[in-house]
Amino acid sequence: MIRALLWILGAILLGGIVHLATVLAMPQAATQDAYARLAPLTPVNSMVPLATPTAETSVMPFMDPAFAAAVCRYDLSSGIVKLNAPLSQAYTSVTFYTRNSVAYYAIDDRAAGRRAIELDLMTPAQHAEVPEGEDVTAADRLIIESPTRTGLIVLRALAPEPGLMPMARQALANAQCRIGPVQ
Amino acid sequence: MRLLFGSCFALLLAAAVGLGTTWLTISRGVAFGAMTVGAWRAWPRTGSVDIDPYARATIARTGELPLGTGDGVAFYARTDDTGNVLDGRCTFTISGTTPTARYWTVTLYDRSGRLVANTLDRHGFTSTEIVRDVDGRFTISVAPRARPGNWLPTGGIERYVLVWRLYDTPVGITSRTTKQDPMPAIVRKACS
Repeated sequence: MIRALLWILGAILLGGIVHLATVLAMPQAATQDAYARLAPLTPVNSMVPLATPTAETSVMPFMDPAFAAAVCRYDLSSGIVKLNAPLSQAYTSVTFYTRNSVAYYAIDDRAAGRRAIELDLMTPAQHAEVPEGEDVTAADRLIIESPTRTGLIVLRALAPEPGLMPMARQALANAQCRIGPVQ
Repeated sequence: MRLLFGSCFALLLAAAVGLGTTWLTISRGVAFGAMTVGAWRAWPRTGSVDIDPYARATIARTGELPLGTGDGVAFYARTDDTGNVLDGRCTFTISGTTPTARYWTVTLYDRSGRLVANTLDRHGFTSTEIVRDVDGRFTISVAPRARPGNWLPTGGIERYVLVWRLYDTPVGITSRTTKQDPMPAIVRKACS
């Protein structure tokens, strides 16, 4: 009897380990995460507008239909990414995600404070290569460090009314995401 | 023989317990640090690097991109204020005031995060397009058939989820208390 209870206790402990291991491994094992869904639609290091979600099709679940969205799927192996996004009239935001969909940085138009959101995205190693003093002279541009080499930049512009959707899409159409030298 | 039987049994039970609890937590979307206001729940940490492993696993499986903390915060409701499950064949009203935010949107999804087809092609409202009364208050009728005022069609589906997104808001960053941030009340009216 005691022996059987010990076996069950051991099994439950082992089950706990299996549980933790599978939860931690899930982000690496997932084949249908946001990055995988966007990979066939978006060439690397360029800004691509996403279709507004409808009842029939939606690139990702739980997308806000009041927003026009554009995605830059980046890869920092050949240089840094320079993002330039003009602001729409209502509300514009930029969110940075790692390869595994963790939002590590987000900024909206008001926080950016100018007529366009301008950012340089680089890995910590590339940031270390930026010459001393360069940071200060280039104070105009915000520098963001990406924890991973690849990831997603998602640009969202609000259409406060359905009729303003073309305007929001137009604002995003002028956004640029291109690879640049580290200097 | 007894040892072999015992270890086989233990391994099977371990696999069942481990995988079963993982499946349960991921499919229900368990995450820590929830902020509950009435029927609404938000997980502000999910939009930052402080995201917990359960939320990470959930978003990896569903394929969604969480709202970044510097962008806004999303509140989810699956029931009304008294715990009745949101049923698309019934009429629910959403009314009251909202926390401080530059803009907000409310959207109706099915349980897997898809928009619901309807004749109006309406899936939600934004804070600018909603019709308010003279005091600035509003009432949204979530119902299968047309209603006067702000009608949010359910398409008659059995279960749905309401998502209230606040953009450019201090909620979730500076505030942790629910008293500061009143969310609109969800009340069930009639079922057809």
